[in-house]
Amino acid sequence: MIETKEKFTAKKFWKELAKGIVLTNPVFVLILGLCPTLAVTTSINNALGMGAGVIFVLLGSNIIISLIRKITPNMVRIPVFIVVIAAFVTILSLLFEAYIPPLYESLGIYLPLIVVNCIILGRAEVFASKNPVLLSMADGIGVGLGFTVSLIIISFLREVLGTGSLEIFGKKLFAIPVLSQSPLTIFIMPPGAFIVIALLMALFRLLGVLKNE
Amino acid sequence: MNSLFTIFLGMVLIDNFILSKFLGLCPFFGVSKKLSNAVSMGTAVTLVMVIASIATSVIYNYILIPYKVEFMNIIIYILVIAALVQIVEIVIKRTNIVLYNALGIYLPLITTNCAVLGVTLINAQNNYSLVQSIISALGGGLGFTLILIIMSAIREKNELADTPKSMQGLPIAFIIASLLSLAFMGFNGLL
Repeated sequence: MIETKEKFTAKKFWKELAKGIVLTNPVFVLILGLCPTLAVTTSINNALGMGAGVIFVLLGSNIIISLIRKITPNMVRIPVFIVVIAAFVTILSLLFEAYIPPLYESLGIYLPLIVVNCIILGRAEVFASKNPVLLSMADGIGVGLGFTVSLIIISFLREVLGTGSLEIFGKKLFAIPVLSQSPLTIFIMPPGAFIVIALLMALFRLLGVLKNE
Repeated sequence: MNSLFTIFLGMVLIDNFILSKFLGLCPFFGVSKKLSNAVSMGTAVTLVMVIASIATSVIYNYILIPYKVEFMNIIIYILVIAALVQIVEIVIKRTNIVLYNALGIYLPLITTNCAVLGVTLINAQNNYSLVQSIISALGGGLGFTLILIIMSAIREKNELADTPKSMQGLPIAFIIASLLSLAFMGFNGLL
């Protein structure tokens, strides 16, 4: 009996994980967390750092909120959630400052601004405050990965078009011959961010329309 | 170069919150469909930004720095902002019912507006004094309002245009924002 129950939970775990990445992708489907999405996607390094940060905070806050969900009074739940999230963001920001100073510098104020990322408070309110710890963990990782994947897609397009090459952790992966000599610099500047996300959103919508037809 | 005028102009035109810092995008795309809503939202954001900047600047300069607990600023700022929004809402409701009705639902939404937390963090990062913080918040808020008004005027006209189906709504709004951002990059050489 216990074994079947364990299996059931594991299956549910993977289901929650997959749901966050594809079906309810926070950026392209739910259109949440726009500010960091546009601001830090100038390079794939920043996108990976931001994604890792959001996964850490989301996982931590989901676990804690799920653990205290039965003793949190309903009236003050939002302030409680915000304090838990802010505590994890503070931990994250101290960790980044100590161990990855270059990333800390390039993320700037967008690192502390993870606090007001609506994805995290949204998951706390919709999922973690109503579900057991393991499922909340799966949800946190899934939604966090979905967010990271979207950041990677956007930053990949912006870095390749804007610099003509791709660099991960200081290692140059490839450079496109003509583009790297005269890159479309506009794509790593603010207007480029708006253009890329507009076209990606339109593309996702077009795919949805075609699928329905 | 850190004169008050430089800070103000920089926040309004060059480091504009929406177009170059990407702060406050959710309310920006949410309420920029109608001109009247844009003005109300802009006013509310500017008001809360200035009050929040005063409060957090006092806390940062006179409590956090002397006791060397600057790293606590994220938790303290978000609590202060949440509390302030509540207080501002109550005060406006009691003293000026016309303004309260005009701002309506926008006030509570501001707590999660990253522009408000953003301006307080920028003030702390640049070690602005109280007066400098107020000016930078005022500039940021006015810049936000300016773009909101421009954007809503364009979107009101855009409603009548024949946009491709998959570009309707948000995607075309992002394209408009990108063109605005491109135009505002021209202010870069101003200072």
